[in-house]
Amino acid sequence: MAEPTGHVLLDRDGLDALIATLGQRGYRVVGPTVRDRAIVYDDITGVGDLPAGWTDEQDGGHYRLKRRGDDALFGYVVGPQSWKKFLHPPRLKLWSAKRGEDGFTVAQEAEPTEKLAFIGVRSCEIAAIAVQDRVFLQGAYVDPHYRARREGAFIVAVNCGEAGGTCFCVSMKTGPRADKGFDISLTEIAVDGAFAYLTEAGSPAGAEVLATLPQRPAAKHHRDAADAAVDNARHHMGRTMDAYGIRDLLMDNLEHPRWNEVAERCLTCGNCTLVCPTCFCTSVEDASDLSGGAAERTRRWDSCFTMDFSYIHGGSVRASPKSRYRQWMTHKLASWWDQFDTSGCVGCGRCITWCPVGIDITEEARAIRAAPQAEETT
Amino acid sequence: MSETHAADPMVPDVVRVVRTRRELADVWTLEIDPGPEGFAFAPGQFNMLYAFGVGEAAISVSGDPAEAGRLIHTIRAVGNVSTALAHLRPGDTLGVRGPFGHGWPVEAATDADVVIVAGGLGLAPLRPTIYRLIAERSRYGRIAVLSGARSPTDMLFRSELERWSARLDIDVEVTVDHATGDWRGNVGVVTTLIERAAFDPPNTVAFVCGPEIMMRIAAVELEKGGVAGERIYLSMERNMKCAIGHCGHCQFAGDFVCRDGPVATHARLRRLLALREI
Amino acid sequence: MIEGLDRYIREHPFFAGLAEEYVQLIVGCASNVVFKAGAYLYRHGDPADQFFLLRHGRVALEMSAPGRAPVTFQTLVEGEIIGVTWLLPPHTWSYDARAVDLVRAIAMDAKCLRDKCDSDHDLGYDMMMRFVPVLVNRLQATRMQILDVYATPA
Repeated sequence: MAEPTGHVLLDRDGLDALIATLGQRGYRVVGPTVRDRAIVYDDITGVGDLPAGWTDEQDGGHYRLKRRGDDALFGYVVGPQSWKKFLHPPRLKLWSAKRGEDGFTVAQEAEPTEKLAFIGVRSCEIAAIAVQDRVFLQGAYVDPHYRARREGAFIVAVNCGEAGGTCFCVSMKTGPRADKGFDISLTEIAVDGAFAYLTEAGSPAGAEVLATLPQRPAAKHHRDAADAAVDNARHHMGRTMDAYGIRDLLMDNLEHPRWNEVAERCLTCGNCTLVCPTCFCTSVEDASDLSGGAAERTRRWDSCFTMDFSYIHGGSVRASPKSRYRQWMTHKLASWWDQFDTSGCVGCGRCITWCPVGIDITEEARAIRAAPQAEETT
Repeated sequence: MSETHAADPMVPDVVRVVRTRRELADVWTLEIDPGPEGFAFAPGQFNMLYAFGVGEAAISVSGDPAEAGRLIHTIRAVGNVSTALAHLRPGDTLGVRGPFGHGWPVEAATDADVVIVAGGLGLAPLRPTIYRLIAERSRYGRIAVLSGARSPTDMLFRSELERWSARLDIDVEVTVDHATGDWRGNVGVVTTLIERAAFDPPNTVAFVCGPEIMMRIAAVELEKGGVAGERIYLSMERNMKCAIGHCGHCQFAGDFVCRDGPVATHARLRRLLALREI
Repeated sequence: MIEGLDRYIREHPFFAGLAEEYVQLIVGCASNVVFKAGAYLYRHGDPADQFFLLRHGRVALEMSAPGRAPVTFQTLVEGEIIGVTWLLPPHTWSYDARAVDLVRAIAMDAKCLRDKCDSDHDLGYDMMMRFVPVLVNRLQATRMQILDVYATPA
């Protein structure tokens, strides 16, 4: 990395001041917090709300919070939720309609005016937000609801100092250090028996806020400690994925016997689609009141694992669990490239952790790559 | 259509039914007033039509693209939404979003022979193409319209087919899957009409629309006859909720049918059509 | 008359490319027939002792059952052949064939042709290779009709 300029050191109070300042400026500040034995993203008012001294133990179908020996604020990786719960809400009323004498009229919902500030966004999550930006902002149609929440969102990134049990951001080239996509970035390091935060601004808005916070200059040994922390994460990834040529590999192996094999394990519960930070599929619900005078349309998250998802003409196109698992995995790793010129997977490992039977996307890809079927590509 | 909701492509414009026509036992055509700006569309494009309080369905435009002042849709009442739409009466309001999708590339047929193969309701999305071909007749070579239906009482646009049939400058052949005594026309699958039609395969463009099984078999028959896969166009159909490439429902391998289709060439689709549950 | 018949055989698409020696061999089995519109070429239960090369007009293949109007399941036009039942015993028609318009055809005597194929297996092979594609195509078409693809989904 080129000679870094603008690194400063914040201590715990400085971080607390950052959260308070953002709140005072009218942001809705959200960040990691412990609830129901998991780390979830919710409203926070100060560092007291952060999961101090907690870490997460993750593996296929396994997630436990454990006490650390210290009181690090960011000593864990990612939980079952992602920032998409704020940017692409699970339920959203799109519009309402009223029937009158002469027919009906439609009234749009107003976009929210509150601005969002995210504290503790991991590098893989920044990559995931960038992927959803492509889906919702860079196609022929723009999603105004996503845009209203995304534009003006203040992002405070955290560089991981340890890797999770199912992490593979290194394989997907999305981490562990965030290079861009943030307003402020933090790396938690031990300094003089306490934790401090090597901090840099990533945007003019970030620099402006950072300048107001209590801080001291960062020395070279602080930067070295941050590099060492990130290296620690880099070298302890829980999983790896050989993503080279995976688009063609999967699209050429749509009838591979491995799909039958994984289908025997997959419950089609859809957990993977709920926890995945890039999954974006939705459905709409149209409802009217009992009198038939008012109606509304709501958008809600949907999953390609449901039977209804591909329903046409009296049946589902993808009726078998095999076809639905195949759809999810080939979309995530292969056809996403055709659609958005990027992978859909950022290597966060959530789908592995939160699968009740521990199906591992990296293992499935490995199995197909190890024994590809000869198949003509048209 | 009006631009008031351009900011949110999920919000419909409200329009009014002008007249309706019952085509078959379960099929109605709605003529809709699109408003002062009219409704411009390309043959093969579709709209999302909203029935108040019930929901939306993706329905192809079935009218004449040269008549922007009339918006025409032909709807088969098969589910809650389509039934609600099909039963609208003159004066009723409905919601419209669109037009969406890539339609039939009629320009690709300039100076070529054109074979139109329609199965069942597939004739409705193809009708705008037929109107355009007739309006610009001298631009094209031979034109054959081949239409298949279940039985004579299930034949869509029968009187229009008869009128086109009476023209000397297009060949119209219809067939039914089965018939009783007073039908003197063809009986048999629509692919048999392809074998019998007169066109110059190396210089032919085909537009095919109907149930997926029928389109597959028709496309194979056309290729067997020497028409290039890149010049055979089919119209795909999948579950749609948004029509703008955001809900994910209409994916067919790497394509969003609403955005990359619904029309695609057989060369592109051939392999996917042979795969189950893609 | 024989002269005209061998020309009709040579020209009919079903026998396209047939070696001249075979044309001469089978012409003895052929006769020229005409059916008025509405007349039956054959009926269900009749001995299947002929097949027809359709030269002009349309023929509807039908099934009838008591109490129902006959259902047409296929229409054949000029250039096509009618009747494949003659190939296999018990050589009985299982449906009706009705002339929709005035029909001109070449009737081929089935027993005559079967005997010639038994004597000359090369001729037999040539005939089989012409009939089998017709059977396969009709089977595939029939399957499509059974699928009832245009029906409203349940």
